[in-house]
Amino acid sequence: MRITCPLCGPRDRREFYYYGTDDYLNRPVADAAPAAWDDYLHNRDNPAGVTRDLWYHDMGCTSWLAVTRNTVTHAILKVEAVAPVKGATQ
Amino acid sequence: MRIEGKGHIDRSKPLRFRFDGVEYTGFTGDTLASALLANGVKLVGRSFKYHRPRGLLTAGSEEPNGMVEVVDGNHHTPNVRATVQELYDGLTARSQNRFPSLKFDVLGVNDLLSPFLSAGFYYKTFTWPRAFWEKLYEPVIRRAAGLGTLVAQHDEAAYEKAFAFCDLLVIGSGPAGLMAALTAARAGADVILAEEDARLGGRLLSDGGQVGGQASVDWVAEVLAELKALPNVRIMPRTTVTGVYDDGTYSALERVGLHLAPRTDLPRECFWRIVAKRSVLAAGALERPVVFPGNDRPGIMLASALRAYLNRWGVVPGKRITFIANNDGAREVARQIMAAGVKVAAILDTRENASAVEDCPVYLGARITGTKGRLGLTSIEVAHKGGKLTIETDCLAMSGGWNPTVHITCHLNGRPIWRDDIAGFVPAANAVPGLIPAGACAGDFSTAAALANGAAAAAESLSALGIIAATPDLPSAENAPYVIEAFWQTPGAEGRQWLDFANDVTTKDVALSAQENFRSVEHMKRYTTQGMAPDQGKNSNVAALAVLADVTGRAIPETGTTTFRPPFVPTSIGAMGAGGKAQGFAPQRFLTSDQASRDRGAPMIEAGLWYRPSYFPKPGEKTWQESCNREVRMVRTAVGVADVSTLGKIDIQGKDAARFLDFVYTNTFSTLPAGKVRYGLMLREDGMVLDDGTTARLGEHHYLMTTTTAAAGLVMRHLDFVHQAFCADWDVRFISVTEAWAQFAIAGPRARALLATMLDRTPDLPFMGVTDVTLGSVKARLFRISFSGEEGYEIAVPTRYGEALFRDLLARAETLGGGPYGMEALNVLRIEKGFITHAEIHGRVTAYDIGMEKMVSAKKDCIGKAAAARPGLVGDERQQLVGLRAQAPITAGAHLFRAGDRVHRETDQGYVTSVGWSDTLNCWLALAFLEKGRARHGETIRLIDHLRDIDVICEVADPVFFDKEGAKLRA
Amino acid sequence: MPELIAKTALGGPVPLLLAATELAEAPILSMTSVAPYPGRKKQVNAALMPLGVTFPAPNSHSAMGEVRLIWTGRDQAFLIGAPAPEGLAEHAALTDQSDGWARLTLSGPQAEATLARLVPIDLRAKTFPIGSTNRAPLGHMSMILSRLADQGFEIMIFRSMARTAWHEIGDALEHLHARASVE
Repeated sequence: MRITCPLCGPRDRREFYYYGTDDYLNRPVADAAPAAWDDYLHNRDNPAGVTRDLWYHDMGCTSWLAVTRNTVTHAILKVEAVAPVKGATQ
Repeated sequence: MRIEGKGHIDRSKPLRFRFDGVEYTGFTGDTLASALLANGVKLVGRSFKYHRPRGLLTAGSEEPNGMVEVVDGNHHTPNVRATVQELYDGLTARSQNRFPSLKFDVLGVNDLLSPFLSAGFYYKTFTWPRAFWEKLYEPVIRRAAGLGTLVAQHDEAAYEKAFAFCDLLVIGSGPAGLMAALTAARAGADVILAEEDARLGGRLLSDGGQVGGQASVDWVAEVLAELKALPNVRIMPRTTVTGVYDDGTYSALERVGLHLAPRTDLPRECFWRIVAKRSVLAAGALERPVVFPGNDRPGIMLASALRAYLNRWGVVPGKRITFIANNDGAREVARQIMAAGVKVAAILDTRENASAVEDCPVYLGARITGTKGRLGLTSIEVAHKGGKLTIETDCLAMSGGWNPTVHITCHLNGRPIWRDDIAGFVPAANAVPGLIPAGACAGDFSTAAALANGAAAAAESLSALGIIAATPDLPSAENAPYVIEAFWQTPGAEGRQWLDFANDVTTKDVALSAQENFRSVEHMKRYTTQGMAPDQGKNSNVAALAVLADVTGRAIPETGTTTFRPPFVPTSIGAMGAGGKAQGFAPQRFLTSDQASRDRGAPMIEAGLWYRPSYFPKPGEKTWQESCNREVRMVRTAVGVADVSTLGKIDIQGKDAARFLDFVYTNTFSTLPAGKVRYGLMLREDGMVLDDGTTARLGEHHYLMTTTTAAAGLVMRHLDFVHQAFCADWDVRFISVTEAWAQFAIAGPRARALLATMLDRTPDLPFMGVTDVTLGSVKARLFRISFSGEEGYEIAVPTRYGEALFRDLLARAETLGGGPYGMEALNVLRIEKGFITHAEIHGRVTAYDIGMEKMVSAKKDCIGKAAAARPGLVGDERQQLVGLRAQAPITAGAHLFRAGDRVHRETDQGYVTSVGWSDTLNCWLALAFLEKGRARHGETIRLIDHLRDIDVICEVADPVFFDKEGAKLRA
Repeated sequence: MPELIAKTALGGPVPLLLAATELAEAPILSMTSVAPYPGRKKQVNAALMPLGVTFPAPNSHSAMGEVRLIWTGRDQAFLIGAPAPEGLAEHAALTDQSDGWARLTLSGPQAEATLARLVPIDLRAKTFPIGSTNRAPLGHMSMILSRLADQGFEIMIFRSMARTAWHEIGDALEHLHARASVE
């Protein structure tokens, strides 16, 4: 599998560290209800199909990336840097 | 038997080789197989299960029978296919799976027992009594079955791995592959042409035909000369593409040194990962055996193999050749054999209405009903539409039709498509994105079609890349139609008809499988082991499938196929793991003090990738414990020096640096004055402790964070995530400076005295202070921090000065009664002080558990704060950090129980994370997590380590055993 | 007062010359990480003007004489061969990296092939021409790789891993040397 890093270009997936779903980008506000934190930390979909995950270009530019891919076909549909995607919320 | 004037071997360069102890001669250009046949050796191995005598079936990498051990001194390589092994002078090989010899093998008795050894026999028979399986049945079966033997030694040979990139990967160099490569190369594309064989040309090397009005081999030479002259072409002989992976990634196995006498500097094999924008598969097709009783005797081979041995190597392995075929292809081979002056005994055509024009007996509607010859074929029994006869023959060439080599098109889950007209499977369209099959592997068997399709496939591939390629003029070539009538087994015949030669599977086994309701092709495969041998069913799967379809009353497409998976050919573990040994497995990180420590005899211990000194033995010290005790005493009473450069150091700058630190640490750093250091605690978002360490404020917008050695990379990744995901617009930037500074701890009551000897002025640095100093002309940083509980400093210099400073510090320490201390002493010193490491903060521990819940600031948000306050992560039900004292040796990893409780998972009260002998306190100390531990100081607890037979009563204590008030620290 | 002697990561080993390709350790140069704060690239380039280099696009470096500014990652480049110019610190975080990295040079006809044994990226001259700088792994090590000449590369690796890098590159070179002897 190859991931096209927006900065470094196409690279073997072994250069990347896999973190998990992009839910991690949507951090609840500090005093959010426990259920919101529970969802943020623990509750996950497990789709057969399109998913959006976070990967870290550990061996490259150290960008955190949101990778949209299809778990059935292995097709990678989109790779975005997390920073411009999410920007400043804090 | 060699045929004069035939073959592309160099008869001026004879090579000596040995097989089973007998010396033979071959020629440069031979394979072991062709050389053995030339020397009249027909029997090359014994079959897997029945130990049947077997000879060569093929001339290629799909060979199921001719597997030998190639010997190199005390080593040997098992399961080498004689058809792939190139001959070199001095090559020594031996047959396998026989005892005591190939011609007389005692386990040949299995063959007589075959009525009892059908498919599923082992499953049914050796299941009772149960205890016999491991002790008796399995070892016996293992010895009886199987292939070559392993050498029980490390493989010290060199292997290589490599990466390559190209616009177009062409797999195979027959007519389709050469034409594809030529088309793409002329258009200027970067081309890799991978060919499994040592020589390029594919079937053109062995078909004895013509291309463009000249001999095939001469046309090949012309094309190669052009390709070799082009800088954009990489030609890779001896390279088998073994697998297809996502996004245009291909694996390939190159035989680098296997065709030469072994030498230590040359890699045996190279494992390639090739990334190709597009690829053309020109892998050709593999001929199928004909299935009839006794079709496995030495001397029975594929017609294509006979053709290759004749034309490529000038060898004909018989004096009276017979052919059996269900298609026209074998007729051309028969004509070539006759032209070479070798007698053709007969041509048997299974079709009733085939032509019969050859100058030899031709029998139509023919069946072979039996064969004779124990160690080599002597005669066959034939029934044909005109009657029955016996034919004396020593070599039978068979052609059951052709299977396009679709294997790697199935690696991404593509299912091949059945074509009735050719009685074979072809690749499904777009089975591998970006890969176009061309020529025989796409089901187009004529040479002319291969040439045309190769060129077209390359042009189509390049056009997808925006490169316009002109199709070269196509040379004239053989263009015969492929006419076949499926013939899958010999009906109504007695005796075993072999499908999978390598695994000894017969048509009866497949029928039995269906009878026992293993009707799915995947179940049949596993029940019979059909296709599970090293050839992975290349020679037999389609026929087996057809037999299964027949006995289950289904059509072939309906019956389906098993799945082809990588690798396409057997691949050595050494090649796949190339580059993954020793430093290639894990880089070694060395401190600047490394040599100085080794000079003092310090054994090194691995800490992550780092090598750190364990202890510094002095003359007379017999155990590490003695050295450790001395070093602890030295730090507590004089001064010790330790290299602490392995701790992670992160330089953090910007107007929002303080705000960022407040967000990632539980406690507050925006209030830390410049010139001061603060201990910080970092959580994961789920509330568990991520790391701890000290962070110094070097200036208004400048901090220096330290992390533990273990978590340096983890923390960096975490900071990157928090920054990029939540606050990318803040004015904060950070970078690792771990490697930029060499840092040494100077600890003990005489630490200040030591510093006084090397600094112009001894700074009046308070506990947790930091300041710039100079050492001669070198700028340095001095921290007053302590991981030992003594008055402690850490001095950091640019790494280039690390070794010099370490040696200098040791010399100064020694004049003050001090010296270096290692990891063992460092560990004891910190346990005495209750300082935690990742032994304690192992990922399931909260701030509450280590008694630091008050460090989670109430005034601000931080990563992990919300979760850390959740029920279950704080409160009495959690195990809390305590100290333990013991008078007998104790171990980390031990569990804690109340004295009197039954020792059981359910009565487990906690566990031990760190232990050490404290000479200072004259007892064993431990850090541990214990239920309600903070309220139990002074109680006793039973420590049990079943693995090491340890059962000790300990006293529960405060984790800070030594100088709880920190008077020494702040002195 | 100690007089400290400076040492490179490998202490200046004898270069390894095999297959007409040379692996050598390069001397320590002044090297400063330049990490512009958000929205400050224009000011950073203005401050860099006296050096004749500009903040490089990803995967490249900017050079003027002996001074280079090489891209080293997200919002980060290393200034090599000159101290940071006046005024730069206002717009970018500056961190001394001179001692953090071992610098190796690999040059000769087999340089690219040697790296292809260890580096899983496309190093063909058309995709990695002179002026390129990539972050990529060298085996399991993080590396900053630049092409300085047709057949010349600069390899920067964490200083503590220099021995492993030397060993692994040397091994690859030895294998290529052996291959050349049989072709």
